[in-house]
Amino acid sequence: MTATNEKASIPAMNIWYYANPERFAGLARTLLPWLMGSAIIAAVTGTVWGLMIAPPDYQQGEAMRIIYVHVPAAWMSMFVYAVMAISSAVAFIWKHPLADVAAKASAPIGAVFTALALATGMLWGKPMWGAWWVWDARLTSVLILFFLYLGYIVLWNAIEEPARAARAARILALVGAINIPIIKFSVDWWNTLHQASSVMRMDGPTMPASMLWPLLIMALAYNLLYAAILMMRMRAEIAERRLRSIRLGLEPSPA
Amino acid sequence: MTAQPFDLQTFLEMGGYAAYVWPSYGLSFLALLAITWFSWRWMRRVERIAAAASTASRASADKPAQQPSEPVV
Repeated sequence: MTATNEKASIPAMNIWYYANPERFAGLARTLLPWLMGSAIIAAVTGTVWGLMIAPPDYQQGEAMRIIYVHVPAAWMSMFVYAVMAISSAVAFIWKHPLADVAAKASAPIGAVFTALALATGMLWGKPMWGAWWVWDARLTSVLILFFLYLGYIVLWNAIEEPARAARAARILALVGAINIPIIKFSVDWWNTLHQASSVMRMDGPTMPASMLWPLLIMALAYNLLYAAILMMRMRAEIAERRLRSIRLGLEPSPA
Repeated sequence: MTAQPFDLQTFLEMGGYAAYVWPSYGLSFLALLAITWFSWRWMRRVERIAAAASTASRASADKPAQQPSEPVV
């Protein structure tokens, strides 16, 4: 590909076009209201559908409605970690300047989703299993995921020099990624009280459509909300880096 | 299933699981609202400070320190 062709390519298709942090911040500014607006619409739709329209479960009754806040949070807890691990790999291999920013900005959001998965899981476990908590593979591996998020956040704050902090955080994110398949398959590999997957299965979902739709809409809402908060936090992170370079007298020329 | 008239009392009772269903939704709402709010506030604050610092540093770069006696307003 010649240099002229490269310039003419659609910016959105090229991750290096947005390697300029100020350019990315502009994109984030444009996307933010759309992401936030659609997240709110999807969340309201999913909540009303899940609480009022979807039928109760024949075994679990109305308690089953906790699924519409529990499962999306649990999916996001793993998805956000996967984003962090992939971003960390991208930062290592291609040195993309936004990869560390994306990973660092994701961690607190992922921690909140994981805490919600645990909390709503306990609120669901108590009436169904008779216990708030059991030390089985699924619950324990998700608790470890929560501590991985906390460790990642602490690591960034504990190391003064940004380049060293970034390196240590990348290593932690990548090593911790081994936990993700463990969480996913824990219900198949070990005996557990936790029910098996009923949506993300090789043979397709086993859940009836009347319950599957509100669940998928809630999952969409959580994804959109993650994207919206990610845009905010990445903008903040970019501004903080700029501020740091201004204070060090290294202000780059305006884009 | 036949459509039944909406009854608020029945809805709020959640088939006896109200003590588990409503805290799940309430907690999710509050936690997501909190992370959204704090992230928004952080972003606004840092962007404002960075913009001000950038203007200040550019202004000082434009005016070399030739007339240090002149008061800066």
